[in-house]
Parts: sequence; C-alpha cells; structure tokens
Amino acid sequence: MFKYLKQLTSLVAMVAVLFTFTTETMAAKKSKTLKNTQKKGFVRCGVSQGLPGFSNADAAGNWTGVDVDVCRAVAAAVLGDANKVKFTPLSAKERFTALTSGEIDILSRNTTWTLSRDADIGLTFVGVNFYDGQGFMVRKSSGITSVDQFKNGISACTNIGTTTELNMRDFFNSRGISYEPVAFEKADEVVAAYDAGRCDTYTTDKSGLAAQRTKMQNPDEHIVLPETISKEPLGPVVRQGDSVWEDIVRWSLNTMIEAEEYGITSANADSMKTSDNPQIKRLVGAEGEMGAAFGLDNEWNLRIIKQVGNYGESYKRNIADTGILPDRGPNELWTKGGILYVPPSR
Amino acid sequence: MNFKLKDIGPQLMTVIAVVLVFGFFTYNAQVNMENRGIDFGFGFLSQESSFDVQFSLIEYDGSHSYFRAYLVGLLNTILVSVIGIILATILGVIVGIARLSPNYLINKFAAFYVEFFRNIPLLLQIFFWYFAALRALPLPQDAEAMFGISYLTIKGLFVPAFIWQNSNIFFYSIVAAIIAIIVIRTRAKKKQETQGTQTPVLLISIGLILILPLLSFLIGGVRLSFEIPVLKQLATTSFIYEGGVSLPPELIALALSLSLYTATFIAECVRAGIQGVGKGQKEAAASIGLTPNQVLKLVVMPQALRIIIPPTTNQYLNLTKNSSLAAAIAYPDLVLVFAGTALMQTGKAIEIVSITMFTYLSLSISISLFMNWYNNKIAIQEK
Repeated sequence: MFKYLKQLTSLVAMVAVLFTFTTETMAAKKSKTLKNTQKKGFVRCGVSQGLPGFSNADAAGNWTGVDVDVCRAVAAAVLGDANKVKFTPLSAKERFTALTSGEIDILSRNTTWTLSRDADIGLTFVGVNFYDGQGFMVRKSSGITSVDQFKNGISACTNIGTTTELNMRDFFNSRGISYEPVAFEKADEVVAAYDAGRCDTYTTDKSGLAAQRTKMQNPDEHIVLPETISKEPLGPVVRQGDSVWEDIVRWSLNTMIEAEEYGITSANADSMKTSDNPQIKRLVGAEGEMGAAFGLDNEWNLRIIKQVGNYGESYKRNIADTGILPDRGPNELWTKGGILYVPPSR
Repeated sequence: MNFKLKDIGPQLMTVIAVVLVFGFFTYNAQVNMENRGIDFGFGFLSQESSFDVQFSLIEYDGSHSYFRAYLVGLLNTILVSVIGIILATILGVIVGIARLSPNYLINKFAAFYVEFFRNIPLLLQIFFWYFAALRALPLPQDAEAMFGISYLTIKGLFVPAFIWQNSNIFFYSIVAAIIAIIVIRTRAKKKQETQGTQTPVLLISIGLILILPLLSFLIGGVRLSFEIPVLKQLATTSFIYEGGVSLPPELIALALSLSLYTATFIAECVRAGIQGVGKGQKEAAASIGLTPNQVLKLVVMPQALRIIIPPTTNQYLNLTKNSSLAAAIAYPDLVLVFAGTALMQTGKAIEIVSITMFTYLSLSISISLFMNWYNNKIAIQEK
C-alpha cells in the first residue's frame, strides 16, 4: 500500500500547484479593475512579442504600435499619463490565460474577434482597431501569383494557437488541396523557418505578413498574394465581468477614431475647446459630463487625444510611415471610403 | 495500539493537510472561474478539433475529435522519446567506455564531447540543430539521392515505403522465431546446470531469426516491394517528393539534439558504473580462469549495471520531459498539439494543462516502474 504513497503524494502535490496559478488574483468584483489600476499607478497591458506596427519594442524597451496606443490611451484617460503602462509580451498561446487569470487588464495583441472567443472563455471584445484578413506570402522566384496555383503537397508555415490554423484548414479543404502545416509557437521561428526554405508559403494575417516581411533577410524576394481568405477584425479584449472597465477601454478606442473624424489632433486639441461644434466640444471635455459614468473627470478624452493622438495619427506613425502598409484600405474612416465607423460620444 | 497510532499519525496528518490544500485550491479555482464565466468540463474532448497536424502516427485530420488530437500528440511524444532514449543509450555507452580508454585521443575526445554538450542549454542546442540543419540541407530539387532511393532535404528525409503482401505471415514467422529462441535458451540453461555442457545459444538464435522469416518469403507467399519517392514540381522553384515515407526535419533535429544532450549524462553514469566495480573483482575472476570476455560479461557488467541503472533511469525521465521543448521547433508533440493549439481553440486551460501534466506524470511513472523492475531483477538476490 505504502509502496506507491510517494508517487501518489507527488501527484497530489502537482495538482495543488496547478491550481495555485489560477488563484493569483481573487479580485474580480465589479469595476475593481479601475480602482486597482489607479492604486497601482499603471495600466497592465498584454501585447505581442514583437509585431512591427502593432506592438514592438525598440532596443531601449520603448513599445510602439497601434495596439500599444490603445493601452496608452487608456492610461492617459484613467491615470493622466500615457506612459504609465506596463507591457507584458505574450505568445498567442498565453494571451487569454494571462487575461482571465488577472495578470493583465487589457489584451491589445492583434487578436481576432470571434464568436467562440467572445462567448466561451471569459473574455469580452470591446471593438476593432484594425480590420485584417488572412493571406499568403510566397517567394517571388516560385512564380506563384495567386492561391489558384497552389498544388497538392504544399507546405505552409504558421503560428499555433491562432485562427490562422483553422482558416488554413478551411481554405485548403474547400479547394481539395493536401498540405503540410508546420506550426511554431513563436513568430520569429516561423519567419526563420520560412526564410530558410522549410515552407513554400507563410500564412497569417496580411498586416502580420507585411510586418514580418521587413524582418526577412531579403524582403524583396517575397510577395504577399492578393487573395484574402478570411475576415480578421483585430481589437482589444478585456476580462468578462467588469462592465465599467470594459466601457472605459471601448470608449478610449472610440475617442481616437472619432477624433480623427472631427479633425481633432494632438496638436490642435486644446484650441478645439472653444469650437462652435458641440460634438467636438464633447470630445475634448468642454461640454457635458462625459466622464462621470466611468468614474473619471471630464477631460479624460482630451488627454487621450493630446498624449496619444487620434487614430489617423497613430496609424500614420506606426504603420504607414514605417512602410508596413502605406495604404489604409478598409481601415479608413467611413467618410473616406473605409469601414471605420464608431458610435458617437454624447 | 498506541504504538500504531504514533507510527501512522504523522502520515495521516500529512494526508489530511494535502487534501485540505488541494480542496482549498480547487474551491478557489471554482469560485474564480464562476466569477469570470468560465465553464469547467471535459466535454470538449469529443468535439471536432478542426485543425490539422503536420505529422501523425495514426490517421488524423481536423474532422476528428480533440481526444484524437491528444492521442496524436501523445504518440509523437512517445515516438521522439523512444528514438531519443535508444540513440542516447547507444551513444552514452560508447562514450562512457571511450572515456575509460587508455588511448589518449579517444579518451580526450570523449571527455570534450561530454563537457561541451552537457554544459549548453538544451533549448539552444535544439534551435542550433534545427536551424543549422535547415540552412545546411539542400532544397528538394538539389538533393543527392542516397543509395538511389532516399533523399535528405530541407523538407525532411524521404525514404521508400514498404508495401507488403501477406505481411501477417511474415509477422507470425518472427513471433515463432522468438518463441523458439526462448525455448532453446531455457533448455540450454537447464542442460548446463544438469550436465555441464554448453550450447551455442547465440548462433542458433541468430540463425532462427534469419531463417524463419526468410522461409516465409520463399514458401509463405510474402512479397515485399518498395514505393520510391518521386520529385514533384509545385511551382517554378518549389518542389516536393511524393510517395514513400517522409520524416519531418523537426523530428530529426529534436531526436538528434535530445540524444546528443542526454548521452553525455548517460556516458557519465556508465563510466561511474564501470569504475565502481572493485579492481579485486576482476583479478579474482581472472585468477579462477575466466577469459577476459567472461570477466566482463559475468563479473564486471552485472555489478556495474547495478550502479548504472538508477541514475540512467533519471536521464530517461529527463529526456522524455525535455521532449516538450519540441514546441519551439514545430514538432507536433503533446505540448504543441494539445497544450498549444487545442488549448487555444477551446480556452479550456485548466482541463488541458491538468490532462497534459497527468500524461507526463504517467509516462514518467511508467518508465520509472519499468526501470525499478529491471533494477530489482539484476540486483543482488539475497538468499
């Protein structure tokens, strides 16, 4: 009987350790996130491990990108300083666990909004900050110019734990093409393996392809095929169960997009306080009580625009000027032929 | 009665404490998950997985269940562990003996190998072998044929597939040969004990294991043919081999780095074991007229094995657990397929991580139970 006691004890101990991880933070009561954030003095934000244009750290450890700017906007709104953000780089696999376990308070990591993620796993998507779609990259020398030229036996490098894996299967299955999926845990290894010639094609979101192409040994040798095989609305995510925090993040993003619509920039925000347009005045905190419902002051949105800028400024700074995707495509305002359309702040 | 309570008391208290801690954490997790709207349950295992896996020992695609995906990952983990253990043992024994060699060059080379490979973190070695292999290996269209039938390329090792006819008869012939060998061995042992004459068991065994399967070809109707990989063009500069069996470069790199790393530790176990047998044992054995081969086989090895087995068991366990680093280089093992993709698609973190932990625990316990059994078998039998 006692012969196996040792093994049994180690088994029980392991299970106990396992559950410790899930209990790190018990504070998930309503709107506690805001209180905790203000107490700590920084916003805890989960980002990618390095995707130029979206969330990428330079050599000095400064994070930039459109995903990063969402977290900075929230920090400007609730703490008054866009730099008071603690960034946690996460792999695709870790990201949701980090959020649901309370390690981070916002997940802004090029994450696709899908029904099952929104409904199943204790998450709430608050909006879309980039409309994307999955595509394929191939070597120019292969002569492939369209996905119609893919043949049986093609090998495709990608990341695990993303919608990419599922879309890829749907795509190849619907066309009856057999393929070899080579799925890595980290994006850097995917790029290295594809670059070395392990795979015939590299598939992920098109923005990701454009960004990763800049990391290749010779970016000009690769092209992104024109076809888009899926809808990938990317946006920030919060934990389910704190609706006030959810609203703060949602309206921080909305403020950036609406500010662009009304021509409010980081440079002219202060002077807009005296505008004749009440909608503009509401967006810079000069009219109405727009922060009270969140437990914030009235100038929370002004701080976002002044410190982070509007959506157009953020896009230009991070994605267009860096040469990743100069053309805004669907991520243009609805008034300019794109699909960015947010509810009004009033 | 009192004596018994004193004996069991502390153990009982430990068990109660463990159960209480376990219960507290379970309750805590439950409350937290409920607050966040996360369901707990294993129902997802029967749902359609809807993702594909690169390399599988059993038939699998996205239309199978998550449980099937779990099996795929488990079998891939076992596959790379078994290959790794076999290679590491062979290499470890050779290097361990080489370190005791009086030949300066062999001795120093073995010592250099051990010190070099055991002092570099395994993950770095895995990356090195994988990306070094990817850089060094040719594209499929440039690959030189090995023996005219196999190709080692950046997309993997392509070897001919066996196509059997009446393969079951061939299989039975091997089983029959093994049974015959066991019978002959027991007979020979008995004969030696009663009459003192020795039978050339090894020669007879080799003969049996060769002749019986050969007979199955000649008169049993067994036929074997090969399907040789053929180059196929996918696009102007992209090619692949079709037909035959392909081993992904991820498997090769992982098995190679795991065995090169673990072999260094096994080599040290072997060296310690052989050095641990007293010099007097060898001299005594020689003095009663045993030949050097008999000294090694009957006196040194049985004693050395007792020292070698327990620490080597640890190395086997380490290798199996280290195989979980596969996720870094896209080898679809249990961690990548199940604790990776499946976890992401379902969001069932607690369920999947606990299943994965229990699986590794069971694998490790199985290995250690087997090795303990083997260790007991070769231990000194007290009479």
